[in-house]
Amino acid sequence: MSRATRHRVAVAAAAVPLLALAGCSSSGDDGGTTEITFLTTNDAPNPETADALIEAFEAEHPDISVSVEIRPGGTEGDNLIKTRLSTGEMADVFFYNSGSLLQALNPDSTLVELGDQEWVGSLTEEFVPVVSTDNGIYGAPLGASFAGGVVYNKRVYEDLGLTVPETWDEFMANNETIAAEGDGVAPVIQTYGETWTSQLFVLGDFANVTAVDPEWAEQYTAHQRFYADEPALLGFQHQQEVAEEGFFNEDFPSATFPDGARMVAEGEGAHYPMLSNVIQTILQNTPDAVDDIGFFALPATDAENTQATIWQPNAVYIPRSTEGAELEAAKEFVAFVNSDAGCDIQNELLPPAGPYAGTCEVLDSAPALLDDIQAYFDAGKTANALEFISPVKGPNLEQATVEVGSGIRTAEDAAAFYDQDVEKQAKQLGLEGW
Amino acid sequence: MSATTEVRAAGRRRTTARTSLTQRATYPSWFYLPAGVLYLIFFAVPTFASFWFSLTRWTLFDTEFIGLENYIQFFSEPQLSRGFVNTLVYGFVTSGAKVVLGLALAVLLTSQLVGRGYLRSVVFFPVLVSTIGVGITFTALLDPFDGVVNTVLAAFGIEGPGWFTDPSTALLTIAAVDVWKGLGIATLIYIAGIVAIPQEYYEAARVDGAGRWQQFRSITLPLVQPATATVIILSLIGGLRSFDLIWATTGGGPGFTSDVIASVIYKQYQAGFYGLSTAGNVILFLVVTAIMVPLSMLLNRKEVER
Repeated sequence: MSRATRHRVAVAAAAVPLLALAGCSSSGDDGGTTEITFLTTNDAPNPETADALIEAFEAEHPDISVSVEIRPGGTEGDNLIKTRLSTGEMADVFFYNSGSLLQALNPDSTLVELGDQEWVGSLTEEFVPVVSTDNGIYGAPLGASFAGGVVYNKRVYEDLGLTVPETWDEFMANNETIAAEGDGVAPVIQTYGETWTSQLFVLGDFANVTAVDPEWAEQYTAHQRFYADEPALLGFQHQQEVAEEGFFNEDFPSATFPDGARMVAEGEGAHYPMLSNVIQTILQNTPDAVDDIGFFALPATDAENTQATIWQPNAVYIPRSTEGAELEAAKEFVAFVNSDAGCDIQNELLPPAGPYAGTCEVLDSAPALLDDIQAYFDAGKTANALEFISPVKGPNLEQATVEVGSGIRTAEDAAAFYDQDVEKQAKQLGLEGW
Repeated sequence: MSATTEVRAAGRRRTTARTSLTQRATYPSWFYLPAGVLYLIFFAVPTFASFWFSLTRWTLFDTEFIGLENYIQFFSEPQLSRGFVNTLVYGFVTSGAKVVLGLALAVLLTSQLVGRGYLRSVVFFPVLVSTIGVGITFTALLDPFDGVVNTVLAAFGIEGPGWFTDPSTALLTIAAVDVWKGLGIATLIYIAGIVAIPQEYYEAARVDGAGRWQQFRSITLPLVQPATATVIILSLIGGLRSFDLIWATTGGGPGFTSDVIASVIYKQYQAGFYGLSTAGNVILFLVVTAIMVPLSMLLNRKEVER
């Protein structure tokens, strides 16, 4: 998930502003300007959001100047962050994933604890654990949460008289109808030109796994549960089933994430198993289609187990290498992100694809698919994605799911491979029982 | 020889006591110091440090000594066996193709040809282009659905393969691009080799009634042997540790079908398994050495015998 999350984040949230606080030495000793830096990711709309936040922040704090630094996303970005943290060269504020990727940064020894900040009180109880260790809270949310499931085209559903499926069999029946009567519409969109997008069948199914086995994540961390066994195996098997039925778009091996967003927006495909913040890409590239897009959770075998898998927002953090006046300025900036002015910018540039985790509030102008997601929250049918509950995430899941979707490997084989793959990560983290 | 003489003269001009010392070492020892320090800092220390780190679990924040566990883990990587075979296939296919095509092109470009100089430089151009740029360009050209190549093929009613996206063609497609890109160097080496063969041999052969093919087989081919050895060694080393082109085109995919040892190592690094990827690099170093040292000895021995 890490990669998917990251991308999503980048796409969605990205906007953390650059923090360059310029020299304002905290609340004014000598009246000079404090300069700080803010590190964000390179995918739209993150740099744009960063610029907007900085501009507004500097207007409010004339004694602080913030400069933006841009980093790549994905694992390349992870390495950059780790390297800069371990050498003490980190930007004064940086934007990064919450959950298991944050834990890999060893926050207790590398980040500044922010538990005494005012905004902490506004955080949701789902969000607090994903930016915390036993020793404190380290991050403030930037962007809203989002869901992983099926993003679908409502016009296609209307034209064919389909209803939102609540079980896997209903979903496959809908696919059948679309393939037969859809006049060339691809029932399911896959985009293996960007491999991280292939993981949703597995990662987006996690809330359904939790519904069947509430202990799963905890036991998984303890090396007592495996993807090779049901219920977790079902995610892999579902992907194989859809692939074998030939429900994918013809160009799935080379299509990219923006291609997938366009296809579902324009009705070339009906279902795109994806993170709900794909809506931000759709908003940017095909804004007229935003209201045609809906969302439903990946269906479980039984309707009562069908839940939406939720990704918590990414967050902004301050490294320990930031001290003195810069530290004060950095804290000001982090607080600003979740201030009224910061929320306005988030709502404008990072339109929410799920509820916020902090002070910000969703506007009426938010994309229509947000209502579909909110309905799962209202019904209590949500669960956090695995990466927010367990630190165990292998690096090769996306290759394994590409192999399943491309027919190179069977679901059972790929799940067993992935169980082996996560062992390295667990050992690296020094977990017990591995 | 002349250097020694000069030093000796200089020494004599100074004191006789120092003469014997300077005679033994061509340069005074401080003369070696800068290069020695650079070598120590940038080559010796990192090399030995990497042997150490390959025995640890390393998070960048701390290290834990775990003996040979990284090596055991690396050899039990499911991708590795695939990557190993792919590395050998890739190395030998690209190297073989460069030898054959490079020699053929060199023969053509040393013949009496209109615009020979221009054609020679055209063959060399791809070498000058950035590998990543080449990779991205070919990814676009060979896109299975919108790419130029398959569009043209479709115009003739041929359904082009998936190139980079089809598991059965991905590795060989990359190898073909690698050959296109690296052929210029092989051709250049062969041109130099062919030009160095004295024309008298060909004249004598013609007098004896040898045909074109016989001249090629009995004169050109044996006498460009040193060039062949150079081309094989350079291209095989390049092929065995190739990474950038593979990463820019398929990233080792689809799945793991075009992974080579170098890309498996890079993925470990990406995932933050620094000790494990260091162990992989040590293994890659040993594999390349194990193949290249005997090969280089074999090729050089042949050269001496001739």
